[in-house]
Amino acid sequence: MSNFFNKSDLTRQDADKLVSETLNNCDDGELYLEESKSEPILLDDNKIKSSNYSSDLGFGFRAISNEVVAYSYSNEISKDSLKNSSENLKSTLKSIKGTYNHEIPKSNKKFYKDINPIEQKTLDSKLEVLNKVNEFLRKKDRSVKQVTASFAGEQKSIEIIRSGGESLTDVRPLIRFNVSVMLEKNGRKETGVYGIGGRQSYDDYLKNDNWKNVCEEAFRIASVNLESKPAPAGEMKVVLGPGWPAILIHEAIGHGLEGDFNRKKTSAFHNLMGEKVASEGVTIVDDGTIDNRRGSLTIDDEGTPTERTVLIENGILKNFMQDRHNARLMNTRSTGSGRRENYRHIVLPRMRNTMMLSGNQTQDEMIKSVDKGIFAVSFGGGQVDITSGKFVFNCTEAYEINNGKIGSSIKGATLIGDGPSILKEVSMVGNDMMLDPGIGTCGKAGQGVPVGVAQPSILIDKMTVGGTKL
Amino acid sequence: MVKDQEFLKSKASYCLDLSKKMGATDASVTVGHSISETVNFRNKSLEASDRSDGLALSIETYLGKRRSSISSSNLLDENIKTLIEKCFETTKITPEDEFNSLPDKNLLAKQITSLNLYDETRFENDKKIKYLKDLEEAASSNKQIINTESSFTESKSNFILANSDGFCEGYKTSSFTTSCVTVAKDENSMERDYEFSSKRHLSDIKQASDLGNKAAEQTIRKLSPNKIGSEKISIIFDKRISKGMLSVFASAISASAIARGTSFLKDKIDHQVFANSINVIDKPDIIKGMGSQNFDSEGVNSNTLQLIENGILKNYLVDTYNGKKINLQSNGRSGGTTNLYFENGHISYEDLLKKNSKSLYITETIGHGSNLVTGDYSVGATGFLVEDGEFKYPVNEITIAGNFKDMFKNITLANDLEFEYSVNSPTMMIEGMTVAGK
Repeated sequence: MSNFFNKSDLTRQDADKLVSETLNNCDDGELYLEESKSEPILLDDNKIKSSNYSSDLGFGFRAISNEVVAYSYSNEISKDSLKNSSENLKSTLKSIKGTYNHEIPKSNKKFYKDINPIEQKTLDSKLEVLNKVNEFLRKKDRSVKQVTASFAGEQKSIEIIRSGGESLTDVRPLIRFNVSVMLEKNGRKETGVYGIGGRQSYDDYLKNDNWKNVCEEAFRIASVNLESKPAPAGEMKVVLGPGWPAILIHEAIGHGLEGDFNRKKTSAFHNLMGEKVASEGVTIVDDGTIDNRRGSLTIDDEGTPTERTVLIENGILKNFMQDRHNARLMNTRSTGSGRRENYRHIVLPRMRNTMMLSGNQTQDEMIKSVDKGIFAVSFGGGQVDITSGKFVFNCTEAYEINNGKIGSSIKGATLIGDGPSILKEVSMVGNDMMLDPGIGTCGKAGQGVPVGVAQPSILIDKMTVGGTKL
Repeated sequence: MVKDQEFLKSKASYCLDLSKKMGATDASVTVGHSISETVNFRNKSLEASDRSDGLALSIETYLGKRRSSISSSNLLDENIKTLIEKCFETTKITPEDEFNSLPDKNLLAKQITSLNLYDETRFENDKKIKYLKDLEEAASSNKQIINTESSFTESKSNFILANSDGFCEGYKTSSFTTSCVTVAKDENSMERDYEFSSKRHLSDIKQASDLGNKAAEQTIRKLSPNKIGSEKISIIFDKRISKGMLSVFASAISASAIARGTSFLKDKIDHQVFANSINVIDKPDIIKGMGSQNFDSEGVNSNTLQLIENGILKNYLVDTYNGKKINLQSNGRSGGTTNLYFENGHISYEDLLKKNSKSLYITETIGHGSNLVTGDYSVGATGFLVEDGEFKYPVNEITIAGNFKDMFKNITLANDLEFEYSVNSPTMMIEGMTVAGK
C-alpha cells in the first residue's frame, strides 16, 4: 500500500482537515489519491521495440452540490497544491449548498491479491518469453511475415479520504499479454490477434507454456482470414459464438443502462425501467465480484464495494448502473459502478464484467436453424450512439451459414443494430456461457477502463451485416 | 501560470547530466507542463468545472545500440534519480537494435520561428460560463431540442525537448476548445449531434450562438430517419468525415507501417494511389495552425511535404528509427503529420450534390472498421438520401463498405476546403461503394 504522505510536506492530518473543511457544505465528494506503476514491453519486427517503465502519482479533489461537480487534480501532492484545489472547488460551488452524506457501505471481501505483477517476474524472463513467441511463430509457417508480442503490467494503489477523515484503500494489479501475427500468401495479407490477462501475476497466466496457446490462436485466426471471401451485405440471421462476442451486450445494452445517460434522459432506455426489453430467457448482469477478472474491483473509485447488479432479468429491465452522484439525483443507491481512468478524470458510472447468463440450447441447434446468415466467432471493437441506440461491432472471424451448415470464412465486416430492439430479436440462448480472455478496455468520455464480458452462443433473428457482396 | 522555459530546461539538463554520469552513451528527454480549465454546462446551467495542472517527463537512455525509456509525472529530483537508475538498468539488459540512435545532428531544427501558437489571454471561468449560456440559449431555442450539453476548455502548455547532442528547444502553445452536443426528439425517434470549434487564439473561436444554432440544426434534421435498401450507390462524405480518409492514409504511409510491411500502401512510392486530380499536402508552418510545429518529437526540422502529387504517392512519413530500416532520411514526421489537407477540387459543393441523380450524404460514421493491412473498410453510418441535389430524408442503421485501394482512386473533391483543424478536407464523393441496409 502506498503511503501518500511520507514524501511531502502534506500530513494526513492536514489532508483530513482540508477535506472536511472543503466538503462541509457539499452533498458529496472526496480526495482521491493514486499511485500507479506500469511497464509495457513490446516485441515487434524481430526486436524488442520498446521497454518502458512509468510511474504516476497524483490526486483528484472533488466536491459535489446538487447537480454541480467541481473537480481539480494535480500531480504534485503538497500542502499548497491541495489548498489551491480546495479554493478552486469552493469558488465553483460558492452559491450552492448541500448536506454531506457520510454513509458508505463496507465489505471485507477482496477479489484479487495485493501484488505488484511487474516485480514478480524479472524483465529478463519477460523478454525471454517474447523472444520465444517470435521464434515459435516464425518457425511455424513460411507465411508468417510479421509478429508483434507485448506485455503490459500495472499496479495501481488508491486511497479515498472522505469528509470526517474516513479512508478507503485498494491495491489493483493488472496484466495483459498480447500476440498479433500477419501472414502473407499468394499476395494476400491478413492479421490475427489474441490476448489474455487479468488481475493476477504473469505466471498464473503463462504456466505450462500457455503462451503457445495464445500464439496458436492468433495464427489460426489469421489463417482463417487468408481464405476469406467478401462478406454479404444486408439484413440476415446472425449466430454469435460464446465469450468475447458479448461486446455486443456491452455496446448494445450496457452503455444505455449507465446511470448518467438515464438521469439526463439521453439514453434510448431512460423510460423503459420495468419494461420488457429482451426476449424471455435473456438475463444480463454486471458483476464486479468475480475473482481476478479484468473488470473486477474490490471497491469502486468512490470507495463503494462492488456487487453483482442484475440489469435485465428474464427480458425485463431491472436496474441501471450507478455511481454515488447519479444515484443521489435519481433517489437510488450506488451499485459500486463509479469508475475513472485515473486521478486526472472525474468519476462516471461504468461497466465492470457484463454478462449474459446461459440458457438451455446448443450452438448446433442454432446453426442448423439458419438457412442464410452468418456465424460470428470473434470481434475487434464496437461503438454505440447512446441516443439513437444504434451500435456497431467489427467481426474479425466469421463464416457464412447456408442451409444450416457453416460455409467459408468471410472478410471482416461491421454489424449494425438497434440497442433497445436487438435483444428482442434473440430467439435462442445457448448453454455454453464463457468469459472473455481478459483483454477488454471500454472507452467513455475520453476515459479508458478495463472491463470484461461474457455470454453463451446466441441466435439473433435479424441484423444488418455490412459486407460488400450484394 | 504554466512553468517557464528556464524551469523546464533545468529539469531537462539535470536528467541529461545524470544519465551521462551513470554511463549512458546518449540520452534524450522531454519535460512538459500544462494547465487546463474546463467548464461544463447542461440545459443552460453549470454542471461541472474541472482544473488540471500536470507535469510530465519522459527520458530515453542509450547504451550504444541499446535503448529504453521511462516516463513520470513526479519531478522531484529524488524520484527522477530513482527512475533514471531504473531506466539505465533496463537499457543494459535490453537487446541491441542496430537502428536505435538519436536523430542525425544536421537534421535537427536550427532556428525556431514563431508560428504564433500561443495566446496568453486568460478566459476566466465566469467568461466561459457566459459564453456557454449564450451557446445553449441558441441551441435550445427550438422546442424539439430536449437536452443540451456544452463545454469550454482553455489550456496552456510549455515543453522542452533536449538531447545529449546539444539540442534543447521548446515553446509554449495554447488552445481554446468549445463544443456542444444536442439531443432532439420527435414522435418517431431521438437523435444526437454536435458542433465544435478549437483554436490556438481565443479571438478565432466561433460565436457562441452560431455554434449552438449549428449543433441544433444538425440534430433536428436527423429526426425520423429511414433505413434504406442494400445497394451500390455514390457516397458523399461531409467534411467532418472526409478528413478521416486523410487520417487513414497518413497511418498507411507511416514509415513504421511500411517497415513492418503491414500497410496496403507498401512499395507504392511513385505509383498512382489516388485519382489523378488529387493532391495531398502536409504543411507544418501554418501561422496559428492546430497541427503546426517547428520540429517533430525528436527535434528534427520539418518542412512542407507534398505527399500525393496528381494522384501519385511521393513521400512516406519518416522518423529516425523506421527511416533507417527502410533507408530513408527522417523528414521530421516522428509523431505523425502536422497540418494535413487535400487541395481543393474543381467542382462546387452544389454541383457535387447534383453529380448523380441519387447519392447518400454521410454525416457520421461509427465503429473501427478500417483495416490498414488489407485496405478493407466497413463502418456504421448516418446521413441523408440526396436526389437531384436535394436532401430528401435522414438515413440511419446502415453500413458502408469498400476497399481504400479502390475508394482512393474514385474520389472527387469539391472546392470548399477550410483550415479549421489539423486535418482538413473538402467535401468528398466516392463512387462504387456498397451500402448495407434492409
